[in-house]
Amino acid sequence: MTIRLEPRIAAPRWLSAAATIGAVVVALVISGAIIGFVGGDPIRSYLHILNASFGSIGVLSDTLVKATPLILTGLACALAFRMRLWNIGAEGQFLLGAWGATAVVLSGVLPKGTPAVVVLPLMMAAGMLAGAIWGLIPGVLRARLGVNEIITTLMLNYVALFWIQFWVFGPWSESGFQQTKTFPPEAWLPRLSDFATTVPAFGGLTVHLGLIFGLVAAGIVWLILERSRWGYEIRLIGDSPRAARYAGIDIARNLIVVFAVSGALAGLAGMSEVAGSVHRLQDRISPGYGFTAIIIAYLAKFHPGRVVVASILFGALILAGREIQPSGVPAMIQGIILFALIVSDTLVRYRVRIERTPPPAPATAEPAVPG
Amino acid sequence: MDLTLVLAAGIAAGTVLVFAAVGEIFAERAGVLNLGVEGMMLMGAVAGFSTSAATGNAWLGVLAGMIAGGLLALLHAVVTIHLRADQVVSGLALTFLGTGLARVLGEGLTNRVVATLPRLTVPVLSDVPIAGPILFRDQSILTYVGFIVVPIAWFWIERTRPGLHLRAIGEYPAAADAQGIGVYRLRYAYVILGGVLAGLGGAAITLAISPGWFGDQTVNGRGWIAVGLVIFARWNPIRVAIGAYLFGAIFRFILDIQGVHSILGIENPFLAGRSSTFFLEMLPYLFVIAVVILGSRAATRQRIGAPAALGTPYVRGERGA
Repeated sequence: MTIRLEPRIAAPRWLSAAATIGAVVVALVISGAIIGFVGGDPIRSYLHILNASFGSIGVLSDTLVKATPLILTGLACALAFRMRLWNIGAEGQFLLGAWGATAVVLSGVLPKGTPAVVVLPLMMAAGMLAGAIWGLIPGVLRARLGVNEIITTLMLNYVALFWIQFWVFGPWSESGFQQTKTFPPEAWLPRLSDFATTVPAFGGLTVHLGLIFGLVAAGIVWLILERSRWGYEIRLIGDSPRAARYAGIDIARNLIVVFAVSGALAGLAGMSEVAGSVHRLQDRISPGYGFTAIIIAYLAKFHPGRVVVASILFGALILAGREIQPSGVPAMIQGIILFALIVSDTLVRYRVRIERTPPPAPATAEPAVPG
Repeated sequence: MDLTLVLAAGIAAGTVLVFAAVGEIFAERAGVLNLGVEGMMLMGAVAGFSTSAATGNAWLGVLAGMIAGGLLALLHAVVTIHLRADQVVSGLALTFLGTGLARVLGEGLTNRVVATLPRLTVPVLSDVPIAGPILFRDQSILTYVGFIVVPIAWFWIERTRPGLHLRAIGEYPAAADAQGIGVYRLRYAYVILGGVLAGLGGAAITLAISPGWFGDQTVNGRGWIAVGLVIFARWNPIRVAIGAYLFGAIFRFILDIQGVHSILGIENPFLAGRSSTFFLEMLPYLFVIAVVILGSRAATRQRIGAPAALGTPYVRGERGA
């Protein structure tokens, strides 16, 4: 008996969607079995996650707060991955973005009492610029010297982490704690709860303007990828670099620009997190948003709209997963989901044939398969 | 700060990288990129540590670490060789999976003290001036295993018939297949061997070099450094070993210099507890970027590239290289 994989000419749309959902379900079942194996209660864990993230308007709002940086970093990854550019550095670009935004507030370049309409755009610009620079380094190294971007982006994550630690332990430390002082209110992104005086229902809701940044960015990335000439180039390079070269597309230039835009998106996520949610810079400001973003981009098949949906699901996992024991469970679930997705992908792309008799001599009988 | 002791400790720290990087060379020479080294090392580290904690036998821990690394690698092999998934994505998934799983399994292991592997001094060799005390005095037994693994790996790959087959399936699997070499079978074998060695590297951390379990900080990016070293070394075990021991020395130096109060009469700006030490901590990662740049440049200049079939699944009967 042999098992053969035959490429499908065209996979039906429903199959792809069903396989993705199926993969997530299978991953949750496997994760549940592991949770049970190490002495936890999987059903209670899952019910807890569901309840603590979608159970009320208040926690739903907290879920959206966690989803906000994931949407932006997820878009950063999706854009780069669409070109088959492995930007694994969204985490570092996020951190640099948070640092850049913080520098605007704490460096003292703005006089006291500068209004929010000036401070916030400057923080956005600084965050995006810092993230873009952090993305440009691996981009330029790859385009000009052919240096593997996976290694460089990963290493730069560690460098960014120590860079943040230097500032929050050192120059910006608030009386020896590993954090800066709280930002003045001008540097806070507006929250729904700020409008509770006019709309009482908004009381206590933490959702901030960063979510709008994420949604707008998703729209822009969709327009770029699906409706612009530049997006066509990105997709062509991703699908077939050789064809792109014959078509006269400047791959090196696209590589650098995409890396910069990707870094800027992740940097904006960092800005939105310090200005919208934490209101200060601190050590461990990211629970791994930039890494979760990789899985989100893959789960969304690099589609900006689906990045938003996947980000909300993973935001829930991160929010509610904090209280789940053992503490590694959310990370483990993420890994298992990614593996299940890879396997389901194969099932979409290929038809699995199980043959009871060995196939005839391969060279002659096998139909020619496009390579 | 005794330079001999720093270098000796650096050799020990480099051993971890030697195991992981040599393992990755085997997998990549066979044509399969495995970016899951970090995850496999973490699983090796936690499996080794918890087994030693449960049984009191560090050797059983080493065995468990190698098995754990090998099992994760087997998953990567199935997904990339038979299911033809993208090797980059599968490797990343392996790192996530290994990291998360190791944290779940390692819950409650912090602060445990377990049986570790014996250390020994080689009688005659340790008396050789300069090199003796650095290489052969009071080293963990795994350090000596590392000394042996490197030449064996080199000899196997470059000078034996099975090594020729290994290179063939990584360069031109269709031709190897036509010669009657079992491409699938060998790729499985070498990917799993790579995982076993990565698991050994992880177990070497928790049971020999710096005993203890510190969550995902235990490996702290060393799996990725190993992947970078392979590029720097252009898939050669001897060069990878040189790089690994050099990095081990850098790691040790960074730790040890923080305990020195003054250097040549000048106050040490990197004294432990100062915020400037974070710049020291960046160094290994910046060095990786530097050596990968050097490796990429040398590879393009000398036209020594990656194994030609690296990253592409082999499908029997399908055209294309």
